[in-house]
Amino acid sequence: MAHRASWQEYQKDIAPDKYYYARSCIRQNFFPGSEWAFLDILSNKLGKDIYDDPLHTSCTGIGYHSDVVPLETIMTVVARQFALMAEAGYENFVSSCITSFGIYNEVLATWEEFPETEERTRRYLKEATGRDLVKPRSIAHTSDIIFYQREAIARKAKHRLINRHTGEPLKVVEHIGCHYAKIFPKSGIGGSEFPYVLAGMIEAWGGDVVDYPERRHCCGFGFRNYLVQANRGSSIANSHKKLESMAPYRPDFIVANCPGCAMFLDKWQYTIAEMDGVAYGADGKGIPVLTYEEMAGLVLGYDPWQLGMQFHQVDVEPLLDKLGVEYDPGAKYLGAGGKYIGKPADAAINCPSQRPIYERRK
Amino acid sequence: MGKYYDMLAEDIRLEEGLKACMNCGVCTAVCPAAEFYNYDPRQIVVIVQTRDDEEIERLLKSDTIWYCGECMSCRPRCPRGNTPGYVIQALRTLSQRLGFFTESEKGRQQLALKRLIGDNILATGYCLTPRNILPELHPEQGPVWEWIHSNDNDIYGRFSDCYRTEGSGALRMIDKESMEELHRIFEVSGGKAFYDTIEAHSERKAREMGYNGATHEYMMDTYTLNSENHY
Repeated sequence: MAHRASWQEYQKDIAPDKYYYARSCIRQNFFPGSEWAFLDILSNKLGKDIYDDPLHTSCTGIGYHSDVVPLETIMTVVARQFALMAEAGYENFVSSCITSFGIYNEVLATWEEFPETEERTRRYLKEATGRDLVKPRSIAHTSDIIFYQREAIARKAKHRLINRHTGEPLKVVEHIGCHYAKIFPKSGIGGSEFPYVLAGMIEAWGGDVVDYPERRHCCGFGFRNYLVQANRGSSIANSHKKLESMAPYRPDFIVANCPGCAMFLDKWQYTIAEMDGVAYGADGKGIPVLTYEEMAGLVLGYDPWQLGMQFHQVDVEPLLDKLGVEYDPGAKYLGAGGKYIGKPADAAINCPSQRPIYERRK
Repeated sequence: MGKYYDMLAEDIRLEEGLKACMNCGVCTAVCPAAEFYNYDPRQIVVIVQTRDDEEIERLLKSDTIWYCGECMSCRPRCPRGNTPGYVIQALRTLSQRLGFFTESEKGRQQLALKRLIGDNILATGYCLTPRNILPELHPEQGPVWEWIHSNDNDIYGRFSDCYRTEGSGALRMIDKESMEELHRIFEVSGGKAFYDTIEAHSERKAREMGYNGATHEYMMDTYTLNSENHY
């Protein structure tokens, strides 16, 4: 990516401080440590003002893209989030979710292009909640903020994305998530063609970005194509296509922008290993899939279990060993207060007997 | 001629998503759903563009409009600035308003989505919560999720001081006043009425199909059954 300048055509203004934080349904379910880490990095490592509001709800985006929540309804829910932001004294809205980020941009663009929809939303909001809509000065995805702070994070780095055994940069597949920039290319760093938001972090922290044929392909979520059990063949088929495409490049890990994508690329590797006995990592196991908060957290020296990496189905320990991250194996599956609560059953994807895909092809 | 098109045109997503399609097929070439299903977004846009009532009604009652995953990969690719994904959203909304969604296997799944996602929004303020991701319905989530699901208080308690209680943090319980505001938003903006429409048409169709109404059994059948006639 370093030699491509196209991403620079798509720049966006990112506020330097004073953020209103909107949580994500998927991220807090599957990566609660990532949300914690984002807030901790911003507040305690970088000294920024970020407000975690207890009053906001889901944006209802998964319901909207499952076509059960109408456009008028989601617009009003979004208007309430913006009203809460203004009431709390903030004007820079930061979303922890790619689906939500797409929704916020879509709603603002719709209000701009169809002003009557904004007027209707203001009426609905007032009638339903008594609140007044105040539009944000800026909208950012949480990864935009980490991208913006990537050099500051690099200066505080405890680990770089370097294989400590070989001294070589780690090979990293980045997955952006369709709704980050495919809906509104100008809203994402690098646009939809050469998104640079994750690549910029990887390069700043010493890794190499893997360019592979299906780099821009959807992870396969497809809302109803995963949420309804009968449709999941579509979801896994798309993840399968990406994994087949990236495997020959022998990535050390995948980092995803969207919490849903991170979860699917992790869980579908488990499923494919169970179904077909195939693993895509060079070591015969799965390829670890990280959120960018986890990647930033490891670079900054956070404990992997504090980052919530025990939530992954593909074990992350091989990657931690390459990075030289110290960890306590016995602490991985402890509950709050260090309580022992048992541990998950073993899974084929974490067993080294799996045959890597490129060896199978030989 | 044009009755259904006029109804679709009331949805701003049609105005935004369909200017004039030249039938080049780039949308189909990049579409993840088109690789998996017998699905061609180009053809859908062309049909809508004809404004032919008979053809559009067939679409509204078909499985075809339910294959799209709304990834919007089509949007930045169209050389004419169309968004087939937006056209799909308008078609799906109209199909549900008219009750036509119950005429197809994939369309009938809207009841499951309404109950599993839609109702959860009004019950918790979130689209999903750990306790509604049941391992028996999600075998692909694997043993780690089973462990999390079985020990949720202990596990989420490691990351949040307010798991399922009020406060700031991951998976906090949303306060009563905010939930009341959310419910009023759904009532005022038509969200609640739309839910009721999905239920009412599903009830009618379920009885027509020999079920005792839109029962849990009917909903689970829409959620799990796959005729394999989609590829």
